Amino acid sequence: MTTYALSDSWTMTRRELAHWARQPAQVLVGLVFPVMLLLMFSYLIGGGRGVDGDYVDFLVPGMFALTMAFGLEGTMLAVTQDLNKGVIDRFRSMPMADGAVLVGRSAADMLQSALGLVVLIGVGYALGWRVHGGFGAFMGAMGLLLLLRFAMLWIGILLAMVAGKPEMVQAVQILVWPVGFLSNAIATPESMPAWLGTVVEWNPLSQTATAVRDLFGVAGAEPGHTWAAVAWPLALLAVFFPLAVRRFRRLSV
Amino acid sequence: MTDAIVVDGVRKRYGARYALDGLDLRVGRGTVHAVLGPNGAGKTTLVRVMSTLLRPGGGRVEVAGHDVVTQAREVRRRIGLLGQHAALDEELGGRQNLEMFGRLHHLGARHARVRADELLARFGLADTGRKAVKRYSGGMRRRLDLAASLITEPEVLFLDEPTTGLDPRGRAEVWAAVRSLVGGGTTVLLTTQYLEEADQLAHRISLVDRGRVVADGTADELKALAGGDRIDVVLRDGGQLGTAVALLPLSRAEISVDVDRRLLSAPVTDRMKALAGVVRALEEAGVEAEDVALRRPTLDEVFLRLTADDEPAEPAEPAEPAEPAEPAKEAV
Repeated sequence: MTTYALSDSWTMTRRELAHWARQPAQVLVGLVFPVMLLLMFSYLIGGGRGVDGDYVDFLVPGMFALTMAFGLEGTMLAVTQDLNKGVIDRFRSMPMADGAVLVGRSAADMLQSALGLVVLIGVGYALGWRVHGGFGAFMGAMGLLLLLRFAMLWIGILLAMVAGKPEMVQAVQILVWPVGFLSNAIATPESMPAWLGTVVEWNPLSQTATAVRDLFGVAGAEPGHTWAAVAWPLALLAVFFPLAVRRFRRLSV
Repeated sequence: MTDAIVVDGVRKRYGARYALDGLDLRVGRGTVHAVLGPNGAGKTTLVRVMSTLLRPGGGRVEVAGHDVVTQAREVRRRIGLLGQHAALDEELGGRQNLEMFGRLHHLGARHARVRADELLARFGLADTGRKAVKRYSGGMRRRLDLAASLITEPEVLFLDEPTTGLDPRGRAEVWAAVRSLVGGGTTVLLTTQYLEEADQLAHRISLVDRGRVVADGTADELKALAGGDRIDVVLRDGGQLGTAVALLPLSRAEISVDVDRRLLSAPVTDRMKALAGVVRALEEAGVEAEDVALRRPTLDEVFLRLTADDEPAEPAEPAEPAEPAEPAKEAV
């Protein structure tokens, strides 16, 4: 019965893309929001606490990582909305492959995040951000970012099923923000109180941001974090992916 | 293998309450079976168990010859489900919905497209174009939902309160659609709170209350359970109801009075004798009647009578023990 896993997943991905076509404004807002954050930090509240070199070179990779982490919210909202709709009952009463609904969701979200990165790269370039490393390193950095997004995606799916109702999502969103900003995305840990700096350094988001800065050849970026930027998301996936799939199978059983 | 649906002692517990409490049901192939009961009787839970959405806590359920727990996928290939709430993608159009469901039923892209066209035409939705389902009227939505549950010409079709919330026109549309299915070999199980709906559409009816079947049979058989024919007398002056009860040649203990409708009603054994006796008695006493009519009991009366007490009122069948013999295992 796994013969249909691929075609069913593709059908569900097409469903998400059809939603985009119907609601292009929503997709645009999703793409514009990280740009707003980036502009806000570079022009308004920026200045770069504790950053030695060029702040834009420091900030843009940080915003990449932050955007990947905040993608969790979008995933969560989409899944909760879907689960509270009657259509999920029809999907579950049809002979389709088990995971197709979730695969469709993750394919669409990954695509949206990749698009988001492209937009941010463009805006970053306009702000004067430049890549100092090679093309291979650049692609490696993109891979690390999308890996973080993929881990966040499955956390989002699980949290959505645990939270249940769309109103509960707001509560989780309020928690996502401090976790996102408790990182080195916009400021260095050295500029913070010691205990906070330690927390920030351990944040998986910081690992990805540091590794990406290193790959981009940002001056003063600490090398040697690539392994952590791979290991952290994989560890999160190892925990949350099976939990999410299991929870989905048992939905309302 | 002659029955399309076999339900044996199925249980489902929510906390301390049994939504299904040892329910038994048999539905013959190609028939329309109504499960009739008030809110909270367990109707929706039953449909969700039969359509593999909910795992039963105990008992056995077979649909179209396959077990809903161990052979869920086989069951899913053979059923259609029209739930209480529209199971459609509201952002997409009617054709997009049907094509998507067709592909998920593995019809293949081309066949799915053809099937979507057929169903849209059949349910009068061919001209809806790209309009999103969320902009459909209630009746249109219900018809599209029904079309979606008929993608594969299912062996068994579940309709969970198919007309709840519809206006009379929408209800008539759904009824017509269900009638058109009968004879095509599809077995239909529908739940409803409307006695009229069960009476109109179903070959057989199961009355369900508190998670079990309290009576089962054709509409006529069930009506016979509430006793024989009844006579209804509507008086012109409600103030004379008391006088009328005293003088009519009817068993006084069995007369029920509805003051608002100036109506008194009583069971009768000999129809013509009772009618003649009532008319004569009213004439002699000078009590003016607006209407005197003989009628069969309604399913309402059957239902009220059978569920009036905690125990099923059917005397021929001793009530089963209230506590389940073996505690139902609840799936997490």
